[in-house]
Amino acid sequence: MSFGEWISQSANVVFLVISLVMLAAAVWVVVARNVVHAALWLALALAGSAALFLQLGAEFVAWTVVLVYIGAVVVLFLFGLMITRAPLLRDPVPLSHRRRWPAALVALAVFATITVSTTSFFGWGEDTLIGEGVTPTGALGDLLFNRFVIPFEAVSFVLLAALIGGIVLARKDPKE
Amino acid sequence: MIVNQFLVLAALLFSVGIYGVLVRRNAVAVLLSIELMLTAVNINLVAFGSLLQDALRGGHVFALFVITVAAAEVGIGLAIVILIFRNRSSANVDELDLMKW
Repeated sequence: MSFGEWISQSANVVFLVISLVMLAAAVWVVVARNVVHAALWLALALAGSAALFLQLGAEFVAWTVVLVYIGAVVVLFLFGLMITRAPLLRDPVPLSHRRRWPAALVALAVFATITVSTTSFFGWGEDTLIGEGVTPTGALGDLLFNRFVIPFEAVSFVLLAALIGGIVLARKDPKE
Repeated sequence: MIVNQFLVLAALLFSVGIYGVLVRRNAVAVLLSIELMLTAVNINLVAFGSLLQDALRGGHVFALFVITVAAAEVGIGLAIVILIFRNRSSANVDELDLMKW
């Protein structure tokens, strides 16, 4: 499929716009020195991923991203930064330290490796076209509570353990 | 839409996240970069799930599991960062070398 054919479909134009917004937001997450700003840029990047999931027909996953990631995780970050008196807001070290270029090299190598291996495996042919089908939320719930019930319970146990662990870690030690 | 466009986007987001993990010194900023990497993985999973359209919807279900584990990771990670800050009044990951040898 040539680029002209690819860009002539409206879904791909929407994809291109969303992915450029996501990439810009991701870069700002990494370079913003104020951590609160970085968390807000992360919310934008996650909203972009939710939009992509809607494009892919994964409606339940998309709204879970909105609820759990944007609604809970980013808010947890902001609460953690603002409620505690920790002056974590500013990064003490500027980004222009000596590890910058090795880190960029590693990131570039990872990108090249992943991209070359995956795109050459799947190719650009017609058989990799993603269908329009929407995954019904009812079917997903049916699977979660029948076929995937053991992993589901395990992951809920992990979440409960993390909740208790977070409370135990964050509360003040009564002996002090 | 073909699957490769999602794979390239996810690889880009993942490498931006790796750069952030390596270059940021604030522990909270490192956690934010890890969230970016997890989002990249989720995009891959959902793209594969929609490509295969299999009966088990494995891609979508596993994306949900990744989201859950990410939420648990953020809760614990942020509690640890706040605790470290309370004890050492610094969240710079370069200064936390107690368990290095």
